[in-house]
Amino acid sequence: MSATTIAALPDGAVAEARFAQATQLQLTWWRFRRHKLAMVSLVVVALFYSVAVFADFLATSDPHATDARRSFIPPQGIHLFDDSGFNPHVYGLRGVRDPRSFKLAYTPDPARKLPVRLFAQGYSYHLFGLFETDIHLLGLEGGARTDGIFLLGTDQLGRDLFSRMMVATRVSLSIGLAGVALSLLLGVLLGGISGLYGGWVDTLIQRVIEVLRSIPTIPLWMGLAAALPNTWSVTQVYLAITVIISLIGWTELARVVRGRFLSLREEDFVVAAELAGASQMRIIFRHMLPSFASHVIAAVSLALPAMIVSETSLSFLGLGLRPPAVSWGILLQDAQNIQVLSGAPWLLSAAVPVTLVILAFNFLGDGLRDAADPYG
Amino acid sequence: MLIYLLRRLGLALVTCVFISVVAFVIIRLPPGDFVDAFIANLAASGSSVSAEQAEAMRRDYGLDQPVLIQYVRWVGRVLHGDFGVSMVWRRPVTEVIGDRLWLTMVVSLAALFLTWTIALPIGIYSAVRQYSLGDYFFTTLGFIGLAVPNFLLALILMYLGFRYLGLNVGGLFSAEYVQAPWSLARVWDLTKHLPLPAAVLALAGTAQLIRIMRANLLDELRKPYVVTARAKGLTERRAILKYPVRAALNPFASSIAYLFPYLVSGSIIVSLVLGLPTVGPLLLQALVAQDMFLAGAIVLLLGVMTVVGTLVSDLLLMWIDPRIRLEGGA
Repeated sequence: MSATTIAALPDGAVAEARFAQATQLQLTWWRFRRHKLAMVSLVVVALFYSVAVFADFLATSDPHATDARRSFIPPQGIHLFDDSGFNPHVYGLRGVRDPRSFKLAYTPDPARKLPVRLFAQGYSYHLFGLFETDIHLLGLEGGARTDGIFLLGTDQLGRDLFSRMMVATRVSLSIGLAGVALSLLLGVLLGGISGLYGGWVDTLIQRVIEVLRSIPTIPLWMGLAAALPNTWSVTQVYLAITVIISLIGWTELARVVRGRFLSLREEDFVVAAELAGASQMRIIFRHMLPSFASHVIAAVSLALPAMIVSETSLSFLGLGLRPPAVSWGILLQDAQNIQVLSGAPWLLSAAVPVTLVILAFNFLGDGLRDAADPYG
Repeated sequence: MLIYLLRRLGLALVTCVFISVVAFVIIRLPPGDFVDAFIANLAASGSSVSAEQAEAMRRDYGLDQPVLIQYVRWVGRVLHGDFGVSMVWRRPVTEVIGDRLWLTMVVSLAALFLTWTIALPIGIYSAVRQYSLGDYFFTTLGFIGLAVPNFLLALILMYLGFRYLGLNVGGLFSAEYVQAPWSLARVWDLTKHLPLPAAVLALAGTAQLIRIMRANLLDELRKPYVVTARAKGLTERRAILKYPVRAALNPFASSIAYLFPYLVSGSIIVSLVLGLPTVGPLLLQALVAQDMFLAGAIVLLLGVMTVVGTLVSDLLLMWIDPRIRLEGGA
């Protein structure tokens, strides 16, 4: 592998000198950069997280505003041109009474063009949770209350699916991060103790991990999640779900950390530090931690998609987050009924971000894992 | 070898105890105790229970005792096959669960079987023809398999089946066999319905196994003994199948230990989407209705069955792989 690493650098002695002088972080980055798929995935993940940060700004209408009159409107494209040239617009909605059921249904009306504007005013929200504003990336100029830009259609209650998806991205991605942070804490702590002290502590922790890994997780999660009181607020449920998911997810991280500790303990530089009289804390944080941090980061990026799937599955079952919270799982819950789904297939669109994010994180994790050991 | 066996059995036992504790916790988690819930349930249907009767019931179930004793008594009853009464169904839990537990296992085992039969040849193919068109194709397919959660896959298949074929692809039995007693015809009907849910469940695991098999076999193929075998004039087929594949097979076989819990776990949620008569939908109903004895029993039974399955696979592995036998004896 080292031959290929050097081959990737610019030719000549300059490159070799650069390679010899580079810090570990630089080496890791050079190596990671060669992994094309991982680079693309990094961009995808970054895009998803920026959607999460700017969710409300990107939303075109209030994700919680219901309006029975505009339920199940199919996805609407934005028409960029009309007869007069460049003039982005969407069609307004027109109520048509069904001659048989006498039900008023709203359908797009090509006769009514509503111009789409950038940085338009819409519902008000708090940017970064701090500044109150009502500027959105896209918005309509004029139009009745029922009108809107429905890029991905609407659900049964007439809520705009695109806007809901933006907000759901924030919830689903952040619950993944929070869950991983908690598992990381547990994993590093227990894995570290296990690898550092060895002996019966190690045996005990390893057995606990084996036990946890041999239990089917979903029934366990379901049981624990169902026991959360109905009276809890959205935030409380969110935190509880995070804890439940990470209680079982820490085992893999602990395994990685323990393995690293075990192999590093015998390394010459650690022995040298010990002989030089460095304290244990200094050895761990100054010498050992930097050399396995990249492995932990790789393990984290592989653990994240698992967390996201866990939350999505639980919410999909109706045992995870509860409305009015919006997550990908909750959006997919609407698609559970096959009759509803066959009439409104766009309800399945939340499957796309779920799949994309999992795929991106997996590639990213693979790339990081390969790059984690730049001397390998 | 005996030590290994004993250690393995001990671990399985500890796992079962742990699962029973979790199941007990799940039963106890909702506020109030079983009798409170039972009384509320009766009150909802119009009948009432006097304070003395409630007290007697509490004593009967040992609810006035400390938690530890309650747990021991509960385990004692469970060991006698008494899982308590389902409040929603008003019948013993064992009766409510009935065939569903076995069907869960059948679906999971079918998925496991399918995982192996698909992953093995494709894994060998991808390693032997590394970087060929087929290798890229299966790698891509594998990544998609990893990335799409299985309940989503089930949902998409349901939609496609309903939309374009106009049929309901869910369920494990045709309409006429749903209530029928077990017979050869019913088993055959089950066999016909099994491949779809099994395939949905198996996809993610298959993707993983292909990657493992490919990596292992690639490592083996680079070893000198393969060159020797070729130099001695063995046919390509024999040079690959005789030794490298067998050597690469070991981690493959051990994958059962982590795949099986995963498959059982996945079968719960896939069953819900596809409407399979396994314990999955029952568990969800029980949890939503706070029918805790039923839910606890299902969690316990699923966990224990998984442990037993894993144990059997480990024993099989020990039988296949002499290295484990020797390591245990040393």
